[in-house]
Amino acid sequence: MPKQILSFNVNGDKVDVLVPPYLTLLDALRDEVELTGPKEGCGTGDCGACTVHLDGKPVASCLVLALQARGRSVRTIEGLGTSTTLHPLQDAFVRHGVPQCGFCIPGVLMAAAALLEEHPAPSQEQIRYGIAGNLCRCTGYTKMVAAIEEAAGMMKQGGSAR
Amino acid sequence: MILPSSVEECVKTLASRGAVAKTVAGGTDLLPQMKNGVVKPAVVIDLSGIAAMRGVAAANGAGLRIGACATARELELNADVLRRYTALADGAALVGSVQVRNLATVGGNLCNAAPSADMAPPLMALEAEAVIASSRGERRVPLATFFQGVRRTVLATDELLVAIVVPAPAPGSGGSYIRHTPRRELDIAVVGVASQVTVQNGRCVKARIALASVAPTPVHATAAERALEGQTLTPERIEEAAGLAVEAAKPISDQRGSAEFRRHLVRVLTRRTLTSALARASA
Repeated sequence: MPKQILSFNVNGDKVDVLVPPYLTLLDALRDEVELTGPKEGCGTGDCGACTVHLDGKPVASCLVLALQARGRSVRTIEGLGTSTTLHPLQDAFVRHGVPQCGFCIPGVLMAAAALLEEHPAPSQEQIRYGIAGNLCRCTGYTKMVAAIEEAAGMMKQGGSAR
Repeated sequence: MILPSSVEECVKTLASRGAVAKTVAGGTDLLPQMKNGVVKPAVVIDLSGIAAMRGVAAANGAGLRIGACATARELELNADVLRRYTALADGAALVGSVQVRNLATVGGNLCNAAPSADMAPPLMALEAEAVIASSRGERRVPLATFFQGVRRTVLATDELLVAIVVPAPAPGSGGSYIRHTPRRELDIAVVGVASQVTVQNGRCVKARIALASVAPTPVHATAAERALEGQTLTPERIEEAAGLAVEAAKPISDQRGSAEFRRHLVRVLTRRTLTSALARASA
């Protein structure tokens, strides 16, 4: 099948890649754009490990055909913070010791970041609902909820989480 | 992949290649089916470029015109839907997870025609119609006759579901959709029930009840509907209707629940949705 051009914006940069029409957005990001933060867990939209923001909204990138992202903006975990300046959520996750195996964390952070954009001061219930599409098989949910709650408080004060 | 920018362009493509093509909107049902080889389309037609198929708007006259590509998330958060079409808001909010609802569309939920589709019973209870386009013209089909079987609808290979039109509920109306699932999120209804009632001067003037996951297609519980109309909706009447709703269910036993358990759930969820619909109608 002939490849087609995918021009889109990834983490603020304009990106052009050639992709076959059946390639998922997740595979395009990992294999063509070389951003391996988004993970493939189930490949069927059930686990949330592949969560990225598409035009600002969290989506399961394993369920999006790459070419459907033409002309749109994608944000991955690589665009959330930098290695020197962590996003308040990342900082809170580190301090709370949330990551165990770490596989689900990029997806959880992107779901949490989207949640805080919509609800800057979420209740515990809203936090649990906001990350309900993300499976953590180490079952680190309790620490996730605490970290997200703390990060929300820090962001409200306008500072980093530290 | 083909990216039409209008309904006209899309139906022209479907007229020539519809038999080997699949339209994709959110892709949340289609992609897993393509990945496991259930469907192998030679051509994929991406509907995301068709502006006329997006969004939720007031319909001509009254009611809502919901573009087939409106997402579950849009419906779940839409102020009109939350105020007057509450059963639909309930159903939309239960689809997948937020990551799935930002992609999954109402048109996809209906065209995939799973017996468990969470947006189908609410739209049937609201007496919605499917607006279907092809190069032969446009036709409208009530959702009650849209589904033909498991994963089968009335759509011919050259036809496209463009929008869903929902008449405005009369004053004094309320609706509710509740499903039973072992897990609260990212699960598939063992049984789902939508109820929509209109109460005027203390009497029920209209009742619509639709069931998911109890037959090859979503079905109306017509005997229960008839038993409620003209009556005062007392707990006893509601219980009686819940019993009648079970008659409309022809469930199978599978890994998600036995036929007997499903019949029990129809009774319980019909009672609960009618009670909730009545409370919302009086609110």
